[in-house]
Amino acid sequence: MDTKLEKPAMPIAIQAEDAAKVNRRKFLSYAGMAAATAAALYACKKDDNNMSTAPAGSIDLGKGDVGILNYAYALEQLEAAFYTAVIASPYAGITTAELALLTDIRDHEIAHREFFKTALKTNAIPGLEVNFSAINFSNRASVLATAKTFEDLGVAAYNGAGKLIVDGGNLLLAGKIVSVEARHAALIRDLISNGTFADSTVIDADGLDGAKSPDIVLAAAKPFLKSVLWGGNLPKQ
Amino acid sequence: MNMQHIFNEIEKVDPEVYDRMDTRRSIMQRFTSASGKIALAALPLALGGLFKKSYGQTGGSGIVKVLNYALTLEYLESEFYIKGVDSGIVPAGTPAEGAIKTIRDHEIAHVAFLRKVIMSMGGTAVTKPTFDFTAGGAFSNVFTNYDTFLAVAQTFEDTGVRAYKGKAGELISNNDVLTAALQIHAVEARHAAHIRYMRKARGANVKPWITGKDSGIGAAVQASYDGEELTTQATINIAQFVSASAASESFDEPLTEAQVLAIVDPFIS
Repeated sequence: MDTKLEKPAMPIAIQAEDAAKVNRRKFLSYAGMAAATAAALYACKKDDNNMSTAPAGSIDLGKGDVGILNYAYALEQLEAAFYTAVIASPYAGITTAELALLTDIRDHEIAHREFFKTALKTNAIPGLEVNFSAINFSNRASVLATAKTFEDLGVAAYNGAGKLIVDGGNLLLAGKIVSVEARHAALIRDLISNGTFADSTVIDADGLDGAKSPDIVLAAAKPFLKSVLWGGNLPKQ
Repeated sequence: MNMQHIFNEIEKVDPEVYDRMDTRRSIMQRFTSASGKIALAALPLALGGLFKKSYGQTGGSGIVKVLNYALTLEYLESEFYIKGVDSGIVPAGTPAEGAIKTIRDHEIAHVAFLRKVIMSMGGTAVTKPTFDFTAGGAFSNVFTNYDTFLAVAQTFEDTGVRAYKGKAGELISNNDVLTAALQIHAVEARHAAHIRYMRKARGANVKPWITGKDSGIGAAVQASYDGEELTTQATINIAQFVSASAASESFDEPLTEAQVLAIVDPFIS
């Protein structure tokens, strides 16, 4: 399923103006229901300030920037574990050049994982248990197809999470990492089929890469994880 | 270098250039007095500085200004690939030709997209500058030597990635624009990786990612790579986890607008 962020069909400024009109209309229609509104506002406030509770057995990524950093940490854990397994038992027929490139990528993902773990300190989620049962590590096509899935997903995840980050420093750090993930994605795609580094299956008609919300990304990552991640407290916008 | 000729050319394109800059006399004076102190080689940069002063105002303010900055870089890239393909320097019928056309079409799409967004925000899109892809002669064979063409392409892509990254913080207040900028940023990184992979196949000592501050090209483009060698992120020493090379490769670094403009100035006639 193509889950790129919907781009505005209308110019952004006009859209914002319309949205404002709609919100105003909505607000006016509710204005008579003062008591109900007050109750709703109270509920919203309560919801914002108090964490919702993660389902039993799941790992709560947290809220705010910490939640987004844990979300990134989770994805980097997944990628690092994958490439570590790839390098531990390389697929049949791997070339010296491919081994060197995939070893580089493994090291980059380990660097990202350890960076987030260190930066998050006590807020970090635990180490995740992965489920790679669907991957045939001795088969080049299986390994590279999985790598492509992870790298394209990682790029879209960071692109979609950018707007959810509040702190400019954290946004810059995410930016420093996402372009490296995009370099990985391009290389993996070229290893599968030279020239597909940025083909129309991943780049749209405006020349934009993917951007996916945490909900979509977590669902896509789920089959590769034994641990259950829960993003119910992540910022929505 | 015939300064008078250059000013005449500017005047042809922009009759109001002297209104923007001051008067013809004072601009010439500023230049002649400057040329006494500035080495001849630095003159193109000094001229670029004058351009920034006179045209920097037209970029609008706030987010529109950032978008116009991005648009200028996209103009540079799109025209570069259009001319590159038209020149015939890219071997026809090869995967390379397909790749360069893919990149060209993305850059053209970025120009159209950014212009659309700028206008939707009530801004005015800056006009396309006149480019000199030889950078005043530094890359005189850019459209006749395939390796030079790819080297300049790599520099543009890596610089573009750093330029968008450097502006993300200024877009944090506008979710739609920030997201779109990140989406373009990632595409430029894919382009960079592929161009580097192409160069590697032709014998250049590069990988799809940037190791240290190595360009694999030479001193002429070093400003586009300085600062990439960082191995400490948010006070955390990344080299304690992986090799120093991998630590530098695993994080791409931003450039400020001033740094980027200094890099692209030689490419603007």
